[in-house]
Amino acid sequence: MTEGAPAARPGSGRTGRWLARASRHRVALTLAFLLVFPWIAPYQALAVNILVLGLYALGFNLLFGYTGLLSFGHAAFLGGGAYGCGIAIVHYGLHPGLALAAGTLLATLIAAAMGVLAIRTRGIYFAMTTLALSMCVYYAFYRAEAFTGGENGLRGINVPSVALPGVRLNLLDPTVKYYAVLAVVGLAIWLFSRLLSSPFGAALEAIRENEHRAQACGYDVARMKLAAFVISGALCGLAGALQAIHLSIVPIEIMHYSTSGQAVMMALLGGMGTFFGPFVGAATFSLLQDGLATLTSHWQLFVGAIFIAFVLFLPLGIWGEVLARLRRAGW
Amino acid sequence: MSDLTIGGFPLDLLGLQLVTGVALGAIYVLVGIGLSLIFGLMNVVNFAHGAFFMVGAYVGVFLYGYTGSFWLSLVAAPLAMGLLGLAVERVLVRPLYGRGIDDPLLLTFGLSYVMVEGVRIAFGLTGLPFGAPPELRGAVDIGIGYFPLYRLFLIAFSMAVVGALWLFIERTAFGLVIRAGARDPQIVQVLGIEISKVWLAIFGLGCALAGLAGILAAPLQGVTPEMGIPVLAEAFVVTVVGGMGSLAGAVLAGLIVGIVVAMTSLVAPDMTKMAIFALMALVLLVRPRGLLGRAGALG
Repeated sequence: MTEGAPAARPGSGRTGRWLARASRHRVALTLAFLLVFPWIAPYQALAVNILVLGLYALGFNLLFGYTGLLSFGHAAFLGGGAYGCGIAIVHYGLHPGLALAAGTLLATLIAAAMGVLAIRTRGIYFAMTTLALSMCVYYAFYRAEAFTGGENGLRGINVPSVALPGVRLNLLDPTVKYYAVLAVVGLAIWLFSRLLSSPFGAALEAIRENEHRAQACGYDVARMKLAAFVISGALCGLAGALQAIHLSIVPIEIMHYSTSGQAVMMALLGGMGTFFGPFVGAATFSLLQDGLATLTSHWQLFVGAIFIAFVLFLPLGIWGEVLARLRRAGW
Repeated sequence: MSDLTIGGFPLDLLGLQLVTGVALGAIYVLVGIGLSLIFGLMNVVNFAHGAFFMVGAYVGVFLYGYTGSFWLSLVAAPLAMGLLGLAVERVLVRPLYGRGIDDPLLLTFGLSYVMVEGVRIAFGLTGLPFGAPPELRGAVDIGIGYFPLYRLFLIAFSMAVVGALWLFIERTAFGLVIRAGARDPQIVQVLGIEISKVWLAIFGLGCALAGLAGILAAPLQGVTPEMGIPVLAEAFVVTVVGGMGSLAGAVLAGLIVGIVVAMTSLVAPDMTKMAIFALMALVLLVRPRGLLGRAGALG
């Protein structure tokens, strides 16, 4: 369940035997945890939420944690995936499986268009440019009322059941819904892990550590950054498409700046650059939001304050800190 | 009055719209300069800049309700935001120097949540209406037609502020330290100047400019807790278009953005918001370092 990224940070020792072994089986361990997760979560709809948000944070983490590019525009991909999927179902009556693909495709196209522009900027410019470009996408979807429902959001994405060869999944049963979503998310997790272990994944980490050196080693840095941006967008788009089916509505707020900020928060709370961190972050954020919202309508005040405390005192995030401690203890 | 037209619009109307654009641009200039100043000197992107803009507007509107003096608000709003900025730099941002460049950005992002929610708690969710003060209401004839007095005042006042800022940076001893600090903070430190005090002052000054822009913008649109979010995005466009860290670039880009908004709202009102970002995309494609950005800023 671990990944070598925090090892690159100063102060952490060598990865011990147990962590190395866990890292080799990170997909199996993550999936094992997610398989039993509904029985730990307070209620099952929240479990589906956390799963979908976890995938969103995972996709974001590919760019932020592994490539070192801080994007403030990922709402455009989550939203693009959600709208693509929702429009395919509402306006064209597509099969939910095809609708998922349509959503992911739309998000990928948006990511490609934004990426071509955004990777021309570097460092801190990148965060500003992605934020501005995602606002542009937000206004475009807001105006395209005929397709997106504009301010009211896209309604009527009713998927009570999914017909697969030989079996019909009843999505009204929360348990069935969770495991159906997990089947898709699990596939994405496996692909993500393969990607990280590939030479491409290693090159991304090289870019994060030192862009100039990676360039000098002969890597086409600009193309690799664009590829990471687009793949990250596709993963987030898939999360958005699942979200649309899960909630049966796509609110326009999904494209808003605050949704981009949510990805940043989840990645940081969980631990950027760790394999399992995004799910820890998604669970922490959802439980915080859920718990605080029952106490006060001003939960954002506390979320903001907690986030500030993390930046100041726990920049590795929850899972990153756990890994760092285990590593120090020689695991 | 002339009968000339361009693209079906009378020249007078285009002229008025141009002045409207300059007035809008004045707000962008003030917000953009504050952001650019903090970035140029400290390498910190202040993601709470929009929140400072919004809180400044609220402070001004609140004080106006008590005192009935817009001039007092015009002084108090930037002053309050300057002091808040000093506190934020000293307590929250300073521990992050020497860490990654993303850390202050993330911290101020969290801070903006706290500030927006704080205003919602203090003043409610819906926002407050606010109009131009009585002494600045009405319209005056500027030769091509009648133009709102408040917007003329906005242009003149912002020009005065930018001019004063320019004199401060180019002609005073402290301004010299600021310019040196932007070029090489270590050398400035070696010469016996405490650079951390300069950073503190600049962060305060940048936030004060955001607060000033907030109260100046309040009569145009009223105030809401969310008013800072689009302003943050637009300020980013101004800095990207103008060139990060370049004050002259922020002025030029702020005016261009304002004029683009005003002209688009005449031709295609639905596309106003998107035109800003299309402009940024164009600049990124043609000249990624920004109009007046240094060649090395991205390299």
